[in-house]
Amino acid sequence: MTTLVIADHNNAELGDATAKTVTAAAKIGGDVHVLVAGKGCDAVAEAAAKLDGVAKVLVADDAQYEHPLAEPLAALAVKLADSYDAIVSPATTVGKNFMPRVAALLDVAQISDIVGVESADTFERPIYAGNAIQTVKSSDSKKVITVRTTAFPAAGDGGSASVEKVDAAENPGLSEFVSEELTKSDRPELTSAKVIISGGRGMQNGENFAMLEKVADKLGAAVGASRAAVDAGFVPNDYQVGQTGKIVAPELYIAVGISGAIQHLAGMKDSKVIVAINKDEEAPIFQVADYGLVADLFQAVPELEEALG
Amino acid sequence: MKVLVPIKRVVDYNVKIRVKSDQSGVDLANVKMSMNPFDEIAVEEAVRLKEAGKATEVVAVSIGVQQATETIRTALAMGADRGILVKTDDVVEPINVAKILKGIAEEEKPDLIILGKQAIDDDCNQTGQMLAALLGWAQGTFASKVEIDGETLNLTREIDGGLQTLKLKMPAIVTADLRLNEPRYASLPNIMKAKKKPIDEKAPGDFGVDIKQHLEVLKVTEPPQREAGIKVESVQELVSKLKEAGVIG
Ligand SMILES: Cc1cc2nc3c(=O)[nH]c(=O)nc-3n(C[C@H](O)[C@H](O)[C@H](O)COP(=O)(O)OP(=O)(O)OC[C@H]3O[C@@H](n4cnc5c(N)ncnc54)[C@H](O)[C@@H]3O)c2cc1C
Ligand SMILES: Cc1cc2nc3c(=O)[nH]c(=O)nc-3n(C[C@H](O)[C@H](O)[C@H](O)COP(=O)(O)OP(=O)(O)OC[C@H]3O[C@@H](n4cnc5c(N)ncnc54)[C@H](O)[C@@H]3O)c2cc1C
Repeated sequence: MTTLVIADHNNAELGDATAKTVTAAAKIGGDVHVLVAGKGCDAVAEAAAKLDGVAKVLVADDAQYEHPLAEPLAALAVKLADSYDAIVSPATTVGKNFMPRVAALLDVAQISDIVGVESADTFERPIYAGNAIQTVKSSDSKKVITVRTTAFPAAGDGGSASVEKVDAAENPGLSEFVSEELTKSDRPELTSAKVIISGGRGMQNGENFAMLEKVADKLGAAVGASRAAVDAGFVPNDYQVGQTGKIVAPELYIAVGISGAIQHLAGMKDSKVIVAINKDEEAPIFQVADYGLVADLFQAVPELEEALG
Repeated sequence: MKVLVPIKRVVDYNVKIRVKSDQSGVDLANVKMSMNPFDEIAVEEAVRLKEAGKATEVVAVSIGVQQATETIRTALAMGADRGILVKTDDVVEPINVAKILKGIAEEEKPDLIILGKQAIDDDCNQTGQMLAALLGWAQGTFASKVEIDGETLNLTREIDGGLQTLKLKMPAIVTADLRLNEPRYASLPNIMKAKKKPIDEKAPGDFGVDIKQHLEVLKVTEPPQREAGIKVESVQELVSKLKEAGVIG
């Protein structure tokens, strides 16, 4: 059997979401190929060819793939699908967008957000905000799967796969890219950071997030937030950690002024070490925290920054 | 312009579910059920389009057990004009939900279908995308802003890196993200009015959909639980614990 991993990238760099997805794909068994669809994406194809366990890289270099729109990407995946038993992509906002479209065009189910591979047709996936894990067996001849990347380590980069060009598929011409407003930051990305410090409604406003940024800079950390902090406009939407935001599992997660609603816990409870700073000792976040500090964050956070030297 | 809004009846988001000890599923007996929160946002958006004079009719559809009628009533109380219940006691996987919705779309001929981005029980995040594929329509998922301009839909989406703006051809599919709007609470007079609004009852067979199961659930288990930690007395103690644990330098 052969599995096609569809890479998530920005035409310049291959994110580690794809490297993690390759690990999941290898567990399914058989050969692993990677499709890089983009525009001027040679560097990405080269990086994909180095991933351990990848036998072949397909590159579709065409203007219609410059931005990952669902309709053209799905058309390309379906065109290539004949040669594959499984099509797999990371459960990023790109994968979540086009993969169900691929599944429907192939008349199969999609198995969303897998966290475990038991065999070539049996997978584990979280339901109810991660409060239950479902083991599902697929009877479809072709599997369409998205992967929760925090559940798999990244494949190494000692490989040397062949790289092959493939033609673009016909563009369905239904959607058009207009613009993008990306959050610029020198800090690591939330989903790959080793340390994350997140703020909630307790931060009171966006300016106060500067306190967290100072700590983040000392720890090489990413900054995240609860939904309440995003809804209130303290920080942009891509900071949101949780069931319906980003799923993270860093070595260290520091929750500041976050109560610990199930929807937030769903996004961070697989972190190795959790720290909670909250002035309410009854806050549910303390039930999952390894180290809880009951304190006013406006005192504790500057102290923490200083203590880190 | 007609807007179709598919809504799902799910376990209320405040409920902490329990896995059944025989691993057959999640215990849903006597658990509070509500409209999927993302679907409330979808209904709200449709109703606002109507209030703005852009939409002429809003139709709420739910596929599921008889009690899903209550969910449809909630949508009617928020301002939808009529409802359709596709009654089934079977498990309906997203691909089959999408096939049934396609059948409804072919009958109703909406110009826009707004769904929730994901149902908070199964967290599949698939149905809207699948429906778009089956209809051959454009899709705008995870929407935080929707503007209709004649035959085009301008849409802002929440993506991993920030925000993205797209232009879609109509008819189109939109799936609602959290920040598209803040759904209203239905007022008492509107709840009363909703009781008189029509709800059609259908069956999956009416749309020629035979519910073929693609996935079999072998078991449902509890995730590993975290062990309770300790409270530290001071920032100094916290820092030394974190150093001991080797997570900071
Ligand atoms: C469909 C749906 C999806 C959702 N998805 C997500 C999601 O993906 N991610 C997410 O995070 N939430 C999500 N939520 C929201 C979630 O239910 C909670 O409302 C949210 O997480 C609360 O955010 P919070 O902890 O910042 O705010 P609050 O619950 O208001 O908690 C603030 C905390 O700050 C503490 N505090 C206040 N002042 C101080 C101070 N000076 N010093 C120390 N502590 C202080 C308080 O004691 C309190 O515990 C979702 C909800 C729904 C319905
Ligand atoms: C093998 C298997 C076994 C299952 N067993 C059970 C079970 O025993 N009990 C149980 O309750 N569930 C069960 N389910 C789940 C049920 O079938 C789900 O409703 C279905 O998989 C849809 O997934 P989702 O709701 O996460 O869809 P999503 O794709 O996350 O939903 C997105 C949007 O689609 C629309 N939508 C989704 N479903 C409907 C609907 N029914 N009517 C109208 N609009 C809708 C809504 O707008 C929603 O916001 C099972 C699922 C599978 C795959």
